[in-house]
Amino acid sequence: MLESEREQLRADIERRVSDFGSNRSALIPVLQEVQLQYGHVSEYVMQVLADILHIHPVEVYGVASFYSFIGHRKKGRFVIRLCRTLSCEMQGKDRVARQLENDLGIPFGETTPDGNFTLEWANCLGMCDQGPALLVNERIYTRVTPQSVHDILEECRSAFGVYTLHEKALSCRLPTQDK
Amino acid sequence: MTFSKIAPGAGLRRALAMTPQEIIGLVSESGLKGRGGAGFPTDLKWKLAAGTQDELKYVVCNADEGEPGTFKDRFILSHFCDLMFDGMTIGARAIGAARGIIYLRGEYTYLRAYLEGRIAKRRTDNLLGRGILGTPGFDFEVEIRMGAGAYVCGEETALIESLEGQRGEPRNRPPFPVNTGFLGHPTIVNNVETFTWVPCIFAKGAKWFHDIGTEKSTGLKLFSISGDCTASGVYEFPMGITVRELLEEVGGTDAKAVQVGGASGRCVPASDFGHAIAFEDIPTGGSIIVIGRGRDMLDVAENFLEFFVDESCGQCTPCREGISKLLEGVRLLKAGRCSMHYLHELCSLGETIQLASKCGLGQSSPNAFLSIVENFKDEIMGRTNHEHTALKS
Repeated sequence: MLESEREQLRADIERRVSDFGSNRSALIPVLQEVQLQYGHVSEYVMQVLADILHIHPVEVYGVASFYSFIGHRKKGRFVIRLCRTLSCEMQGKDRVARQLENDLGIPFGETTPDGNFTLEWANCLGMCDQGPALLVNERIYTRVTPQSVHDILEECRSAFGVYTLHEKALSCRLPTQDK
Repeated sequence: MTFSKIAPGAGLRRALAMTPQEIIGLVSESGLKGRGGAGFPTDLKWKLAAGTQDELKYVVCNADEGEPGTFKDRFILSHFCDLMFDGMTIGARAIGAARGIIYLRGEYTYLRAYLEGRIAKRRTDNLLGRGILGTPGFDFEVEIRMGAGAYVCGEETALIESLEGQRGEPRNRPPFPVNTGFLGHPTIVNNVETFTWVPCIFAKGAKWFHDIGTEKSTGLKLFSISGDCTASGVYEFPMGITVRELLEEVGGTDAKAVQVGGASGRCVPASDFGHAIAFEDIPTGGSIIVIGRGRDMLDVAENFLEFFVDESCGQCTPCREGISKLLEGVRLLKAGRCSMHYLHELCSLGETIQLASKCGLGQSSPNAFLSIVENFKDEIMGRTNHEHTALKS
């Protein structure tokens, strides 16, 4: 990383921390924002956060590694999280999982070489009556079938180059309710 | 559904005409207990927090709905969040808090923008902010904080740790959050559904709520129903409903078992379908997973144990190491390679985990395993591949 980039990053983080009140409880919201913006939380970011909050970097690492939505390894532009809990399992999540692996060419836990997709498991997404369910970044998909996996991936691919991680295309669509 | 018949604001207006003591008194009369699953009396929690002297107090709404098979809070947040905000505001009035936090699970980030919009609307309507509805000296502000994908943060002390920027590891209790909560200040942590019932109780009266349900579990409850039934979804039933009655309503009468209370709940076999769903019989936070005849109970046990292996925070050894051992055991059973002696050892390990873990997650992690072993010995012992495929077909 260039020195100027580092300075920029540090300034960015300092601003975010002060937005949340410059105390320890700012740590997780800032980690979440960094994760969203940069796709991962690097060691450098952890060091900067530790400096600003006057805590040991190991503490920052401890927190960052505890939460499954915050990660040290760089994730893809689209993080796909398939629900693996019982209700979704009963509704056929294994076949959806197989098709995701086939279409992306990676096993769960990995990122595609082009850096576009990361495939992960999630625990209960709260869509048990409409499973199998998966999240793409913040967006929820329900009643996913092995065939519809392709459409979901195409939807992501069509957003390439136009939108970044957190922009409109993938922001919230309220899930539909049956009842 | 009751929530759709209650006008937002009605219960809040009635509550603000009362003193904090009267508010707690009315909640006490209703017999409302925590709807997240633990069933702690809401009035007692509020009374303890109200009795603690401090300049700063907090009202925390636990929207970290992570229990497998639960989605009623998502339903409330998307349809009746104003009632929930009313409930938080009433709670703030009761204990003398000026700040509220909604801890929304990371998986529900798509709800955040909507909720922020509702909060902004409430500010303009004077339902949040300074001097709420013209009540002198009653200020209350709410903010949303996001979880980051940790089931254990649904436990109230872990949730507070997480709000404070720590790893979400449960604390030893006492001290309880009502004394020493967020940043050391008195804090009440209640479930989304608990808060949502509060304005309904104020609008319709404590007697109305108290007359429904059983003596120890009063009122109505939302249930999240999924699995092998014809009509899954969110339902409202009175507490004390039997498993059989519930299954008739949702078209799941053919079930061989029902998992009540999610991964931390218990697996109820068909012979026990006459039991009531209530805090004194089969407790639940509302998760009902119907398990049909064709399902393998070891798949169920394996799924839940994998869940706990993943979600254990790792603080207590029995939970961290024990659950992995139970999971290995289930895999042995699946392969038909587990002696009765070893199964007994596993059950005794399960009881140790229940006794020796600090928090609710650890204590309840072996429940599903133990109840499946207890009720389905016939199905799980001495497996050959042949039996496994017969079940599947």
